[in-house]
Amino acid sequence: MSAPQTQRPLPPLPAKARGIVLPGDTSCPGCPIPIAFKVLASVFGDKMILVIPACCTSVILGTYPGQSLKAGVIHVPFASAAAVASGVAAALKMRGIEDVQVIAWAGDGGTADIGMATLSGAAERNEDIIYIMYDNEAYMNTGIQRSSATPQGAWTTTTPVLGKLEPKKDVAKIMIAHGVPYVATASIAYPHDFYQKLMKAKSIKGFRFIHLHAPCPPGWRFDPMYTVRIARLAVETGLWILYEYHNGKLMLSPPSQPYLDPSKRKPIEEYLKLQGRFRKITPELIKAIQQHVESNWEWIKKMMS
Amino acid sequence: MPMKIALTGNYAVAYAVKLAKPQVIAAYPITPQTPVVEKLSEFVESGELKAQMIRVESEHSALAACLGAALAGARVFTATSSQGLLYMHEIIHWASRVRAPMVMAVVSRTINAPWNIWPDHSDFLDQRDAGWVMAYAMDNQEAFDLTLQAFKISEDPEVYLPVMVGLEGFVLGHTAMPVEIPDEKDVDAWLGERRQPYVVDGSEPIGVGGLTWPEDTEDMFYGIQQAMERAKSAIKRVDAEYGKLFGRSYGGLIQCYRCEDAKYIAVSMGAWSGELMESVNMLRDEGYPIGVARIRFYRPFPHEDLWEVARSARAVFVFDRAISFGSWGQIYADLVAGLLLHTNKLPPVMDIVTGIAGVHVSAEDFYAMIKKLIEKVESGHNIGYFEWVRVRR
Ligand code: SF4
Repeated sequence: MSAPQTQRPLPPLPAKARGIVLPGDTSCPGCPIPIAFKVLASVFGDKMILVIPACCTSVILGTYPGQSLKAGVIHVPFASAAAVASGVAAALKMRGIEDVQVIAWAGDGGTADIGMATLSGAAERNEDIIYIMYDNEAYMNTGIQRSSATPQGAWTTTTPVLGKLEPKKDVAKIMIAHGVPYVATASIAYPHDFYQKLMKAKSIKGFRFIHLHAPCPPGWRFDPMYTVRIARLAVETGLWILYEYHNGKLMLSPPSQPYLDPSKRKPIEEYLKLQGRFRKITPELIKAIQQHVESNWEWIKKMMS
Repeated sequence: MPMKIALTGNYAVAYAVKLAKPQVIAAYPITPQTPVVEKLSEFVESGELKAQMIRVESEHSALAACLGAALAGARVFTATSSQGLLYMHEIIHWASRVRAPMVMAVVSRTINAPWNIWPDHSDFLDQRDAGWVMAYAMDNQEAFDLTLQAFKISEDPEVYLPVMVGLEGFVLGHTAMPVEIPDEKDVDAWLGERRQPYVVDGSEPIGVGGLTWPEDTEDMFYGIQQAMERAKSAIKRVDAEYGKLFGRSYGGLIQCYRCEDAKYIAVSMGAWSGELMESVNMLRDEGYPIGVARIRFYRPFPHEDLWEVARSARAVFVFDRAISFGSWGQIYADLVAGLLLHTNKLPPVMDIVTGIAGVHVSAEDFYAMIKKLIEKVESGHNIGYFEWVRVRR
């Protein structure tokens, strides 16, 4: 066993989140969403308007007239988040309101599937919004159905016997291909990294996209106490690579830097075995995932040079 | 100074929108609506209209962007037709249910398949249950006036609902007619600043459209129904003040043409009402006591006004330019149900579905259809309740 990397403990995030992300949301135990919201709030305070299509967040913010997030929230139909956010941003601009950040906050289904055209449209128009895809890798709100962002080999209720056979759709890459000013991947296990990325995004004008990896205990079939651990393992196995893409350059983010070296990566089985959704995965599929990881890193290296 | 220029229906809408000064416009091209957006783009790019123009990738996104902008405090506008309107349908409901004031022009075109670009009322009437105030123009001047008034009605605190203004594609949309355009300063003074029930602009924490229990949801929908009732007087008020200021008043939710002493009433909506009125003149010349009640506002449905016109009629003939397959025309269904609120002894009400898919119905066609029906009634025959007349020449 290699010695654990000793790191300076990271300072706490600014406490702006207090009084904004309120207790009493209705998320499942171990849900990644409130973790992400605390980071959002520590960057934007209450000066944010979240545009939220159908997803877990539509439900967990609580029922009318209550709301567990003290900010502007517009719930919108499934395929419309990026378009509604475009409209909000246009109105704020016309009204001279400059200190409020418009954020489309959507799940993987609302982004990679039904919201794809809308997302692509907003990206191409370079709308002045931040789009965050919180990726719990299936339609969790409706009961764990497969999305195009579900990883290969994963059980879902619509891939109940064979698991998903196709690799995960890589939305961040699609966004890079759009030539937008800022694209980043993030993970709820690395709040400081996510924080830095939001700060960076905040300083940039135009369309900014952040793909946030967000493990979901009931959907991925793991104990709620492991949410952060699993998110971290995704990075440590090299499966989930944290990077930023800005001004035509890709920069590997600090938490992922060690794993440029394949020998530093943990075996992907460590990540898979903690999750019930991969229980029936075949050795062939594990190999396919492994290959996918390798080619992803090849792509990263190419983009960095 | 007001000025009079020749404008197509599409341009009439665009000029009215320009005067209403929306801050955000989002639209997607579709025949026959496209010239509306093209003209507005020209106004925006030349700086004549200070607005954000969002050239979206679909109609669904067009209305979605309008929804976002409206909630964030902007006056907004979009326009579409047919398939585009259908593609928006989800957001159409959403917009009224969150009480977002906005205006949309619907340049009518038959719902496809097969591919067909000619106008009937199928696209417009397909939106009837969506909680929008729905107006329909007869000519380009009215398309202009209704579009401008739509902003006033939509942003009236008694109403606070989105408003759609219909006009037939090509027949009005691409046909130039003289249109009088009022003075900008007068319009500014009359229309005033954007008004809306609440705003999501970061000034206070607020949530819109989140999970809501059945009872609260029902209360919200009940509020829409109440707003629709209040919209009736708001529409009449706006029509009257517009008439006073700009010289054109149409009489509110319906327009009556030669109804005063009429024993027969023809009910219609849209551009072909012009042909219908012409046929009424022909019939009047022959001594037939007939008039036209033209529906200007389909939602809220003007059953009170129609009852006033129809109460002493020997028969009512409804001309529907759309059909709810398996039943009859939508206007007919609404009219019969509406009249039954006032009496349990209806005069004979006959539905003539015709002009479907853009088939042209001339004044002579109306004349022939109506004359035959009146003669039947006069000779004591039953006229039935429904016929689909396929005009062929
Ligand atoms: S299903 Fe998953 S993402 Fe959704 S609320 Fe529960 S834990 Fe959170």
